[in-house]
Amino acid sequence: MNKSAHPDPFKKARTETGMGKMDDQNDPVKMVLGLKDVRKCAHNWKAFQSGAEPGRIVIPSEVNIRDTRQIPFEVDPPEHKGYRNLIEPWFKRPLEKEYQEKLKAIISTIIDEALAKDTVEVFGNFSLQLQSRALTLLLNIPFEESETWIGWGAHVFRSEESDLDADKANILYNYIDQEIEKAIANPGEDLYSVLLNSEIDGKKLTKEEVKGVMILTFAGGRDTVINSITNSIAYFSEHPASLKWLKENPEITNTAVEELIRYFSPLTQMGRVATKDTMVCEHAIKADTRISLCWASANRDERVFENPNEIVLDRKINPHIAFGFGTHNCLGATHARQIMHILLTTLAQKVSSIDLIDFKENIEELGDFKRKVGYDSITVKFNA
Amino acid sequence: MAKITFITTEKEEITLEASTGSVMQLAVDNNVPGIDGDCGGVCSCATCHVHVAPEHTAKTGEASEIETDMLELDDNANEYSRLCCQLEISEALDGLVLQVAESD
Repeated sequence: MNKSAHPDPFKKARTETGMGKMDDQNDPVKMVLGLKDVRKCAHNWKAFQSGAEPGRIVIPSEVNIRDTRQIPFEVDPPEHKGYRNLIEPWFKRPLEKEYQEKLKAIISTIIDEALAKDTVEVFGNFSLQLQSRALTLLLNIPFEESETWIGWGAHVFRSEESDLDADKANILYNYIDQEIEKAIANPGEDLYSVLLNSEIDGKKLTKEEVKGVMILTFAGGRDTVINSITNSIAYFSEHPASLKWLKENPEITNTAVEELIRYFSPLTQMGRVATKDTMVCEHAIKADTRISLCWASANRDERVFENPNEIVLDRKINPHIAFGFGTHNCLGATHARQIMHILLTTLAQKVSSIDLIDFKENIEELGDFKRKVGYDSITVKFNA
Repeated sequence: MAKITFITTEKEEITLEASTGSVMQLAVDNNVPGIDGDCGGVCSCATCHVHVAPEHTAKTGEASEIETDMLELDDNANEYSRLCCQLEISEALDGLVLQVAESD
């Protein structure tokens, strides 16, 4: 009963010093591990900026493979607010009934297909499909476009050989350039067209700004969503009683979604660059060096969560920060939550049990820490 | 039944009635502007921030430590701040007036 578990590798460092460290392409990172400290640093955007050199706040750093600034993610206040206010309503569309109906149809189809098969490799033949098809709704573009994205494989930046693959990254960047040109030639009601027609303080967004929003939308919601889905399937394979519980008590679906997201913390951490010499829990941080806000560690903080390493589907108070905290909290959270909500509801309705057949874990190496973030592959059988 | 009045940041007064559930859910179900309740009420997102009318703090009681910790980092928080997902509707809340907080 522990193949689907995600152990907490940060506990010792979190309780002893509150900080961890790792190297990343000769730009080392001091990792902030406690929930309250992470929140404080996330809140303090003046001392810990996002608007550094594009790619630098991402870990592993993307400075060598990306020049375009992701928007609003790599912009600090006050400019951040103009972008965020412009884009936010679009990313709240998953709250609309019609959007949810379409998402439900996508998820039902994928589960029906999985039930009809003997076995399914979930990562590549379930989660990637679901994530890609759902993304057509978020972008408001034809469903068929998801086939292109599925064809890219699971990782936009990561290949078998390397965590940072410039060729792979360029597939995405060139694709977005192309789609922007198409939207200029033939404007529609898709996100590209909407952005191209938008203004902030009377100034139209440039192509480069639109590209920055689109890269964020594609990259931010790919591995994270795929891992959330895959890890949930693995969890339910070992906990059929939880599926039954959800089926009989759909009112716990919301707390269940939040709890799974807390436990999996699909984005391990996000970096910031210090703008001045400063301190984080008695550790000196030098100007122009990096810290990370380690969401995954914070979400297991025993000072905040009772039984932090257990999945408690009806956890009522759950102040997790899996979607970040403060100014830069996750723009795609509404979409991600809807996916998880409908996934859980539909699984509970259609699936009675899941047999775990074979799997290979995806372990991140972060200095001395090794963290399971998901699976490279996982084969299961879905039973009606 | 409890009658609860929300005063929005645009100074609009919205009075709603309910007997169960959280105040956040009541506000979200009735589209009260400024109350989003993104996390569905587990005290994670802080998008249901309200200021309790000073004369009504006895009705709502005090915030828990977890809630206080969340609010501590909100620039618009003051001594009357609550996350209204943590306010359970009951007769005790009848007549409550809540000012929807500004967001950053």
